[in-house]
Amino acid sequence: MLELSGISAGYAGAQTLFDLSMRVEAGEAVAVIGANGAGKTTLLRVISGMLPARSGSMTMDGVSLRDSPPHRIVETGIAHVPESRRLFPRLSVESNLKMGAFIPAARARFRERLDYVYGLFPRLKERRSQLAGTMSGGEQQMCAIGRALMSGPKLVLLDEPSMGLAPVVVQQVFDLVRRIRQEGYTVLIVEQNVRQVLKVADRGYLIEVGRIRAGGTAAELLASDAVRDAYMGI
Amino acid sequence: MSRVALRPTRGIPPLAWSALGAAALLAVPILIRYGAPGSERYYLHILIQILIWSFIYTGWSLMGRFGLTSLGHGAFTGIGAYTTVLLWNVAGLSPWLGIPVGIGLATAAALLVAYPCFSLRITGHYFALMTLALTEFVRLCIVGWRDYTGGSLGTQPQRAPGGVSITALQFEPDRVLSYYIALALWALGLWMWLRVDRSMDRYALDAASQDEEAAASVGVDVTREKLKITGLSAAMCALGGAVYGQYQMYIGPDTIAGLGVSLNIVFGTIAGGLSVLLGPTVGAVFTQLLSEVLRVAVQGSGLTAQLGSAALALDTAIYGALLIFFIIYMPKGILGTILEARRRRRAGAP
Ligand SMILES: Nc1ncnc2c1ncn2[C@@H]1O[C@H](COP(=O)(O)OP(=O)(O)OP(=O)(O)O)[C@@H](O)[C@H]1O
Ligand SMILES: [Mg+2]
Repeated sequence: MLELSGISAGYAGAQTLFDLSMRVEAGEAVAVIGANGAGKTTLLRVISGMLPARSGSMTMDGVSLRDSPPHRIVETGIAHVPESRRLFPRLSVESNLKMGAFIPAARARFRERLDYVYGLFPRLKERRSQLAGTMSGGEQQMCAIGRALMSGPKLVLLDEPSMGLAPVVVQQVFDLVRRIRQEGYTVLIVEQNVRQVLKVADRGYLIEVGRIRAGGTAAELLASDAVRDAYMGI
Repeated sequence: MSRVALRPTRGIPPLAWSALGAAALLAVPILIRYGAPGSERYYLHILIQILIWSFIYTGWSLMGRFGLTSLGHGAFTGIGAYTTVLLWNVAGLSPWLGIPVGIGLATAAALLVAYPCFSLRITGHYFALMTLALTEFVRLCIVGWRDYTGGSLGTQPQRAPGGVSITALQFEPDRVLSYYIALALWALGLWMWLRVDRSMDRYALDAASQDEEAAASVGVDVTREKLKITGLSAAMCALGGAVYGQYQMYIGPDTIAGLGVSLNIVFGTIAGGLSVLLGPTVGAVFTQLLSEVLRVAVQGSGLTAQLGSAALALDTAIYGALLIFFIIYMPKGILGTILEARRRRRAGAP
């Protein structure tokens, strides 16, 4: 479904991703793990078009995404749940969801999508008229995921959905991730919570300073020395 | 296509009230003729000024309400007014053609400055400074090109023979006609505001003003949306500036082009209420009455004798002080605050 090859990217002055190649097949959940500053967020921002890649190629269902602006990339069926959620704080929950259906294809099926998301996350329906900025962290994450689903995506990019949440809530967020998997979405998820995310994911990649250090099935990664040494504190 | 209503905009009066208001406004010249026969021209003059500035303020508020604080609108009114008058005076081109040219030039100038700002994500103070530079640039051009523009003294459109003229778009001698022209312009401004308010662009811009990257991530072409509203806003202000020049039969850097005008627009709109339909209109009533009161007070007090032309800068100083007051204590403006208080009272009523 999504294929990156030889991607390099960075910010003014510093290169952050080096010659990075990876793929995500339809129906899979793929985890990207790595230390702070490894480049995980940068990777997702490159995929969703927020940050143009410097070199390399990137395709979605065979169509090149290189140099496409974010609003075009959403239309190819990629929805990004950004790091730290990035809701529209002064809009209600429902208005946030409506913004999620901004692209013309989704706008036409807005009611249907809204009912679907409310069915999936009834909590959002209860809170529909609350300002998004006043919700708890877990609810905001739910709203951010709901907003991404409103565009009717095939692939959902999740950037550290458990960040800054209490352990009980982290569990709930991983349950949300499981739910959207069951709904048939393909998922690419970035996490620091290695043990947890590798329970949800089929496969994973370990990124270190902008390069892929290891890749394999969740079980392989869990067993690998690179992951055990660095992230599991054993 | 289904319209997505995010959140009803407040402050749009119900239809019955609008009809009543429209009838009253149409009847104003008659009321004044019989109510204040001796000062008919004076009262109409004040109203015409209020209506034209309301239109200009409304144009500014279209982008100002989304956090795009431009100090460049004194350039756009100036480009509109000067292009129209110069094409008429120098080339004999009718304002019917001159105004569209002026609008085109102002829009082009706006996009030229805005495009790099928006694509480089320059916002807030820096955007305000970029647009301020444009205003100053236009003023310098006007002053520098004084053979045609009259420099800082300003200039006048050459009068068409016979006073009121359709081809020359000169209507000032007929105050009642001028009033209806200004009223039509004002109504056009409200209509534009409502159109924007009910479009998807408004939702996109509202979202982008809260979080640009999040707006982009749901599929908003943020740069394009901002350029569209900036172009529209500049075009409206150019039209307003041109009509103002035709009505005043005088254009000068102090009255229609330059930083003073920009500040007046920003102040008036914020004072009235940035994101309600009639906020800019209330703001124009406020600024026009304020400057009228100041003018009378300054003339009456003999301050002019002591301060000389510095007395003219007095209203700018007072504007500045009031602007700070409004930003701190009444950020929703006069009308915005009143509407909010009324809504609170209704919601809180037992
Ligand atoms: N806007 C930016 N401008 C400049 N450098 C940046 C920017 N954003 C990130 N970086 C740098 O790029 C590198 C990778 O950052 P990135 O946010 O992708 O890491 P991450 O893996 O998501 O980390 P974390 O787990 O802490 O979220 C870091 O060295 C960071 O300092
Ligand atoms: Mg990150």
